[in-house]
Amino acid sequence: MKYLLLHIGQYFIMIKKVFSLPEKKRIFLKQFNLELEKTGLNSLGIVTIISFFIGAVVSIQTAYNFDSPLYPKYLIGYATRESLILEFCPTMLALILAGKVGSNIASEIGSMRVTEQIDALEIMGVNSASFLILPKIIATVLFFPILIILSISIGLLGGWIGCQTSGITTADFLYGIKLDFNPFYVTYCLIKITVFAFIVSSVSSYFGYYTKGGALDVGKSSTKAVVYSSIIVLIFNFILTDLLLA
Amino acid sequence: MIKIENINKSFGDHDVLKNISFSFERGKTNLIIGESGSGKTTLLRILIGLHQIDSGTILYDDKKFNQLSIKEKRKLRQEIGVLFQRGALYDFMNVEENIMFPLTMFTEKSDEEKIYRVNDCLKRVNLENCNNLKISELSGGMIKRVSIARAIVMNPKYLLCDEPNSGLDPKTAIIIDNLIQEITQESNITTIVNTHDMNSVMEIGQKIAYINNGEISWTGNKEELLKSNNKQLNDFVFASELFKRLKKL
Repeated sequence: MKYLLLHIGQYFIMIKKVFSLPEKKRIFLKQFNLELEKTGLNSLGIVTIISFFIGAVVSIQTAYNFDSPLYPKYLIGYATRESLILEFCPTMLALILAGKVGSNIASEIGSMRVTEQIDALEIMGVNSASFLILPKIIATVLFFPILIILSISIGLLGGWIGCQTSGITTADFLYGIKLDFNPFYVTYCLIKITVFAFIVSSVSSYFGYYTKGGALDVGKSSTKAVVYSSIIVLIFNFILTDLLLA
Repeated sequence: MIKIENINKSFGDHDVLKNISFSFERGKTNLIIGESGSGKTTLLRILIGLHQIDSGTILYDDKKFNQLSIKEKRKLRQEIGVLFQRGALYDFMNVEENIMFPLTMFTEKSDEEKIYRVNDCLKRVNLENCNNLKISELSGGMIKRVSIARAIVMNPKYLLCDEPNSGLDPKTAIIIDNLIQEITQESNITTIVNTHDMNSVMEIGQKIAYINNGEISWTGNKEELLKSNNKQLNDFVFASELFKRLKKL
């Protein structure tokens, strides 16, 4: 309990340092562009592949479970859409990105810590937390929602391909994905992914920033970053769902 | 000049520095020597503000470092050049960007002025035309020289070096040592070098403090060092076969 409180306290001290004004806007923008590429654009491939196959598998499994003639076929498209928007895309994607982006952030900042690069920044009088972490947080918070829109689109495409193997017509599938559409679900999905993006980037940065020791400890920090950000994402998934949908 | 008075520092129950007082003079290479674990790295980290002291005073000329506000400390740190043991160069930047970084952060110089200053510093450390090299492409000696160039780019008043020639071959180590001494004398700055390399001590030791078990047990210069009667110091200085033979001569 003592260690948990210590970590929470240290995390908020770091966040306070992170959200102080950047010293030079030009340098911040340069770092921000680099982070957009590293955390956002470089994740496009994995997001596309995962979303496509999740969409396909969800539609096949739904079709398999709805094989009674009492259920209309368009329900498969409807269920696929709801599953992807409400849960699969935001939560699964956040967990996968916690693995990819989170471990990258923690190991990058951790390596900088153990090789004294962060000390060198501090000694120069640079706010190292703001310089290194703020661009990462802003880049993920702005880019993850774009990734999620892409993920939903690709997931639905995957769902349609999956339907073809289950004997559902394109017309039924398209009718299903348009049926009773509630735009708030997309808002809910975007709120969730924005919060998850903040959690993944800030928690991973925290474990990297407070790394002590050598190369082995950088690996440990990276693992901790993935484990803890995944757990916190799941806790906030429950809290946000309860607040926004219950 | 940097002056420390009655510095005490402990980590838990372990007293690392005990009542340390010393004066590091301007225009001289001031050396802190001692065995590994004697407290010299802690002292250097205290001087640059990476560790807090338990008691005592640190004076940067007339400024009491431990009484400065965060803003004042940040301003003072821009006058301090630090050379880290492993260089601490930013590996996401090339050589030119590394050296230019303090100028970009803290000055309003134009790009042309900054590049001119970077080239000037690279020339000073004999690394002309290395601007676009990546850090991973540099040798150990080049990393130290780029670090020196970055440390002096803002024309610091104080230069602090943590084991500047660790991991270098003797010839490159002497080049680095001489470079530090030349810069110190040219710019009349206060330089502190933390080392346990006796070759360095004999090369540039103008003012030396020997730390043993967290206490300064001897002070002097390189000539006095060889004639000292301090037993711990003699055990440290004449530990190697080479220096034992030198003593016999």
